[in-house]
Amino acid sequence: MSKGVITLSYEINANDFQAAGEASSTVKKKLKLLGIPPEAIRRASIAMYEAEMNVVIHGNGGVMNVEIDKSKIKMVFRDQGPGIPDVGLAMQEGYSTAPDRIREMGFGAGMGLPNIKRNADKLDIETVIGKGTTLTIEVNIND
Amino acid sequence: MTLKEIAEILEGEILCTGDNEDLEITSACGSDLMSDVMAFVKNSAMLLTGLLNMQVIRTAEMMDMRLIVFVRGKKPDPCVVEMAKQKGIALVCTKHSMFVACGLLYSHGLTEGGNHP
Repeated sequence: MSKGVITLSYEINANDFQAAGEASSTVKKKLKLLGIPPEAIRRASIAMYEAEMNVVIHGNGGVMNVEIDKSKIKMVFRDQGPGIPDVGLAMQEGYSTAPDRIREMGFGAGMGLPNIKRNADKLDIETVIGKGTTLTIEVNIND
Repeated sequence: MTLKEIAEILEGEILCTGDNEDLEITSACGSDLMSDVMAFVKNSAMLLTGLLNMQVIRTAEMMDMRLIVFVRGKKPDPCVVEMAKQKGIALVCTKHSMFVACGLLYSHGLTEGGNHP
């Protein structure tokens, strides 16, 4: 750990539903080992798992970078997907562009981004049509 | 309510016991939508679902749920059971429908684990 910051990085593969969630699972274990308070772990886990699933389902794969310091867990997801044409619409509960095969897995109900927002202290979405989306999620540790 | 009691009430089969056989379950959530589980469940240690894929185990892991009941007589693939074992999550399957399984547990004193807005 340099300057009190732990950094982690994971590749997320497109449409790999066997491995989907593995990065979030690994980060959650590390947060527990670090002694992060359970409520912060819970909120970070939900946010990062939803975000990881979005990269798998919509983003054509990408990377997840995590920074953990004394005050917060910062998670950055960069995907190579088509971008989000209307972020406001995507933030609405129940709005989804996921195909049926994703819904059959229990996702694609239009709760992903709203769930992320609900559990994040800070959420930033940068999206470029045809290039991809970057999601930056922060969960505070010392609330 | 213990894992054994839940399996008896549901006339279910225990597929794996998880890492704590004496775990006391006090509330439950029934859903086939994993995002809804993550959105609305606050303090539930148990999930009832008709889905059988890996993401059910992942969702339970993220939510610190220690028991999953598969309804409608479905049994997951061995790889799903293996993943649950690795995560220390108990699995039960029951022939009952979601409605009946939830009703049986509710009538025996288990309450909702939801946190509706």
